[in-house]
Amino acid sequence: MIRTALLVFKKDLRIEMRSRVLLWQVLPFGVMALLLCGIALGPSRAGNSSAGPGLFYLVTLLVALLMINRSQSVEKTPGTKASVATLGLDPAGVFLGKSLALAIELWATGIILLGGSVVILHTSLHGAILALPSVVVTLAALAVAGTLYGALTSGGDGAATLLPVLALPAFAPLLIAGERSFSAALNHGGIWRWWLILSVALSVYTAIGILLYGVLEES
Amino acid sequence: MKQLSQRLFGPLTLIAMGATLVLGLWVVPPDQVQGELARLVYVHPSVAWVALYVSFGTAAIASALYLWKRTRSEVMDRVANCAMEVSVVFIALTLITGSIWGRPAWGVWWVWDARLTSSAILGVLALGYLALRRANDDVQLRARRSAVFAVLVAINVPIIHFSVQWWKTLHQGATVFNSNRHLLIHGMQAWTLLISFIAFTMLFFWLLRYRYRLEVQRENLAGASLEEALASRRREGTQ
Repeated sequence: MIRTALLVFKKDLRIEMRSRVLLWQVLPFGVMALLLCGIALGPSRAGNSSAGPGLFYLVTLLVALLMINRSQSVEKTPGTKASVATLGLDPAGVFLGKSLALAIELWATGIILLGGSVVILHTSLHGAILALPSVVVTLAALAVAGTLYGALTSGGDGAATLLPVLALPAFAPLLIAGERSFSAALNHGGIWRWWLILSVALSVYTAIGILLYGVLEES
Repeated sequence: MKQLSQRLFGPLTLIAMGATLVLGLWVVPPDQVQGELARLVYVHPSVAWVALYVSFGTAAIASALYLWKRTRSEVMDRVANCAMEVSVVFIALTLITGSIWGRPAWGVWWVWDARLTSSAILGVLALGYLALRRANDDVQLRARRSAVFAVLVAINVPIIHFSVQWWKTLHQGATVFNSNRHLLIHGMQAWTLLISFIAFTMLFFWLLRYRYRLEVQRENLAGASLEEALASRRREGTQ
């Protein structure tokens, strides 16, 4: 399982390094969305906003949807599914590999967007650094859940619209917990309670993914 | 015996619903604090019970049984689908009756309360389940995907249940028992509440049974149409 996970992880990251979709399409979209959030708040409120953590996670969520779609579209190229089935790759390993690759991409994007929220929305830099552990776990949970939801919707009619319909309500608890922990970090409160809740969510989604990803990939 | 119990189930459900109506509206006295408004306690908690636990539980268990290879069958898939459809109706009723109660009690139709928000999210997820089923034409693929989704969605049910304890927002805590498992409702009110829980649970299973039969008939019709189309093409070929 670990060997398969590493293989898939390397393959997904290599595709990303070569195509640079993350760098030239997803990141500019995220920065643009952050700018729009600042414009929506207005000049007087954007610089003094307690909405910073919520807006950061909202933008991250939109970016995550694009990346989940991208992660699944990589598997849609002709012959990929048949090759995976022929090679007899462990589905749990495929799931872990794809989740880890997506998590790495989300962490990279998240750090840039966090910097963006410090610059654009004037979120405290000290608070943003304190919130990092919870941001890391929230994005990992989003990656794991996203891989599952991506596999659920891939290939069906209107997969691109079905993914947000199914995933956004399911991601809402993660978004709430992430926002609360970020706000707690900004107000020098305890983030560890939220961190623990997010870690439990991450563990539950990982366990379900390991158990059920194979069912989704059955042909 | 089985046929008799099936025939009696509908009238028994009707009697239980009628008893809830009569007891809840006329027999039980109004509440000291909330007055006539408190009569919603014989509708809202029992509808919510069916929406969150009975119907979602049925859909989640049927889905889990479908995913387990030893118990995998079309019956489980059909039961999960039908239970989820009925669940959407009960979740909508829960939100509507809660809103009707919330307006005079809290002064607003809707608040961003943990219980309300998580219930609304569950409703959207249940609609998502139905959308997912319509997005896949392959019967096996559709059944597998919707079963996995139902199991994933079931994670939200404990979050909704404990939301009133974890966040302590506007929605009241447990209605029937307190945290020490002591009854909070007594006498005629307790009996009426119990009957309403039984009545709405029976109503769910009655609706589920008819929805299941409808689904079987729909599948048979689709199969017959396909057979008819194939036979027609064969006839064209031989002419």
